[in-house]
Amino acid sequence: MSNELDYLSRRVAAGKLSRRDFLGRAAALGISAPFANSLLSSAARAAGPVKGGTLKAGLVGGESTNSLDPALMMTQVPFAFGKCWGEMIVELSPDGKLENRIAEEIGSSDDAKVWTLKIRDGVEFHNGKTVTAEDVAATLERHSDEKSKSGALGYMKGIESIKASGKEVVLTLKEANADLPYLLSDYHLIVQPNGGKDKPDAGISAGPYVVKTNEPGVRHVGERFANYWQGDKMGHADQIEVVVINDATARTAALQGGQVNMINRVEPKIVDLIKRVPGVTIRNHAGPGHYVFIMHCNTAPFDNNDLRMALKLAIDREEMLNKVLRGYGSLGNDFPINAAYPLFTEIEQRKYDPDKAKFHYKKSGHDGSVLLRTSDVAFPGAVDAAQLYQQSAAKAGIKLEIKREPGDGYWNEVWNKQPFCASYWGGRSTQDQMYSTAYLSTADWNDTRFKRPDFDKMVLAARAELDEAKRKAMYHDMAVMVRDEGGLILPMFNQFIDATGAKVGGWVDDPHQELMNGYALAKCWLEA
Amino acid sequence: MSSPIVKLVAQRVALGILLLLAVSVLIFAGTQILPGDVAQAILGQSATPESLANLREQLGLNQPAYLRYFHWLGGVLTGDLGTAMSSGQDIATSIKDRLWNTLFLAFWAAIVAVPLAIILGLIAVRYRNGWVDKLISGVALASTSFPEFFIGYVLVFYFAVQHQWFPAISTVYEGMPFGERMQAIALPAAALTLVVLAHMMRMTRAAILNVMQSAYVETAELKGLSAFAVIRKHAFPNAIAPIINVVMLNLAYLVVGVVVVEVIFVYPGMGQYLVDHVTKRDVPVVQAVGLIFAAVYISLNIIADIAAIVANPRLRHPK
Repeated sequence: MSNELDYLSRRVAAGKLSRRDFLGRAAALGISAPFANSLLSSAARAAGPVKGGTLKAGLVGGESTNSLDPALMMTQVPFAFGKCWGEMIVELSPDGKLENRIAEEIGSSDDAKVWTLKIRDGVEFHNGKTVTAEDVAATLERHSDEKSKSGALGYMKGIESIKASGKEVVLTLKEANADLPYLLSDYHLIVQPNGGKDKPDAGISAGPYVVKTNEPGVRHVGERFANYWQGDKMGHADQIEVVVINDATARTAALQGGQVNMINRVEPKIVDLIKRVPGVTIRNHAGPGHYVFIMHCNTAPFDNNDLRMALKLAIDREEMLNKVLRGYGSLGNDFPINAAYPLFTEIEQRKYDPDKAKFHYKKSGHDGSVLLRTSDVAFPGAVDAAQLYQQSAAKAGIKLEIKREPGDGYWNEVWNKQPFCASYWGGRSTQDQMYSTAYLSTADWNDTRFKRPDFDKMVLAARAELDEAKRKAMYHDMAVMVRDEGGLILPMFNQFIDATGAKVGGWVDDPHQELMNGYALAKCWLEA
Repeated sequence: MSSPIVKLVAQRVALGILLLLAVSVLIFAGTQILPGDVAQAILGQSATPESLANLREQLGLNQPAYLRYFHWLGGVLTGDLGTAMSSGQDIATSIKDRLWNTLFLAFWAAIVAVPLAIILGLIAVRYRNGWVDKLISGVALASTSFPEFFIGYVLVFYFAVQHQWFPAISTVYEGMPFGERMQAIALPAAALTLVVLAHMMRMTRAAILNVMQSAYVETAELKGLSAFAVIRKHAFPNAIAPIINVVMLNLAYLVVGVVVVEVIFVYPGMGQYLVDHVTKRDVPVVQAVGLIFAAVYISLNIIADIAAIVANPRLRHPK
């Protein structure tokens, strides 16, 4: 790197040179814009966080029906605001590891059935009280209760007993689960005074910002919490604000006009236009979400593995990724796991192969067309994707008949009911969660009707295995099984596409959720 | 005030109340025949037959429809609009701020649009069939013919993105300084003005032109009054009834028809509130908002009627 560039980038970081001037001079030195930009962000990070100012986000996914009760959080706005005022027991760090928050240490018995959380000293709630083991236990109890209607209830049911003693919380599970710390990083499990049993929607926790204004569906404002326990790492801006902007065009305009510093869910089709706006940076990164076509393994004609294989080989993944997602995604490989998950192993990429597809199709003995149901709501571009699929399958001699279903009622009448349809999954934080939700024989949402006792055993065994290397090997075998014998056709994983305006420093891509796993407002800062 | 006019006004008000009752029946019936039942909509995927039955019982869905209607109507008459199903909040309190925001925006849009439309109408009459008339009509008709979202986006693109004179989003909140609030609503108010302008302007023009054919206008002209004086003193007062009518119609539109503009500019008014709850099938809220919209519409029309009567000597002194 030339000394001059280095000097210039440090001048920008120090606020003595505008970003635009820097890019101009970098271009004069023959440096391409993306590289110059990356140079700039590393310089900004090296310069360290800047305190002060108001950081604003314009986000889709907020309604006037939202509540501050963490148990009821569903959409993006309560999620992102929750990460500002809430403090977690444990969190996933951007590199996929576990980061201890209120729990200072997490240990388990050898059989992964009894877990002990040691509670950190000196963490303070917004109401001035100190966070105790009782508060953590009460939080977990509330989310395990049917009445709380918690979004985390599904796996909290797996906890048999919760006990607080001194500085420790001891959890006893019904069945061994090596993933428990990951489950505790669920965004619903915000630690509240007395678990929020007194007033679930009080909006009090121990996060970097104190709730100042809460107008559901309009705006949410937080003010920096002076006694935050980790003030050097989070809570740089004096004030943060989430403005609900559900209209995509309005969201983009607000970013361009400078009313907000960051937005979520930029549509793939306009990314290239937004990129050219001075000061705006597109933050796209892979996540666990994926778009799928699902076949019921127990319904004719999909009960024949050769037919399933033929259909898997007859889809042109590259074309679909480029045309439907405009390249903002990654290729799928017919199992629901990618690098966003811990303990992921690469498996050879399945490619479009009309000849092989033809071979398997013949071998299956199926005759006539195959009915594929799709809808606009299945995933953005699902109707186009089905048409692309139809064309690529036709080249393999497979006749796909497309039926476009109305969006209203698709999730009640078509998905998980009809034998072959388009759908999507948002992904989960661990492989175990993903497989347990949709691939166990007993799972309600087993939308491929993949019912294999041998697979179920593997899921349970992997769940109880504490040795990471062994676990990784087990997950590899499970992935191969779903890929080669399951009913899942997974052409592509989609990406989170966020965008930030000028002067936003401290951004780190996080594969777990959009907006740096919701922490963008808490962890970013406004450059001077 | 003479007694016939009091009688006329009383008649109109009574008719309005009757109409509102009829509308309330329609709204109630309409929400009842929506596909799917409310309990099913609330519970969604996690519905079991048992929880469905419990919830139906709790919501009183097992009672016959007419009983539920009277129960609801009784609540409305005593100011109790019920609680929202999705968030459990009291509807009357949450609607209050939203309604105030909607009225605030409508008020300022009307303050600009109504005088502007009438003045433009008067100017168009003064220079009728000349290029000024054609220019005014052309621009006004063009702005009305474009869909609201298009006008909204053009305004945002030009004034918020390109020049950054006004914010692209109009989020207003309690305690916002008046100046900032006005700046925030500038673009949506401008969009609404452009949408309602042509209708009022054209109506003003047509009504006055109609009067201009009369003999007394010719007399006034022969007296040597200037063209504007003729319009102001003799034509306008006689053309006021149809103008008031169309103004009221547009005012009603500013309150009840702004859903699209509110969504584009992210303005926290009644429209967004209604849309949010329709998608959640939150029937009590939909009913309440529908009734409020109907009430606004009907009362503005009554005002228009009464104003037309008061302004018209022939209706004021029927023979």
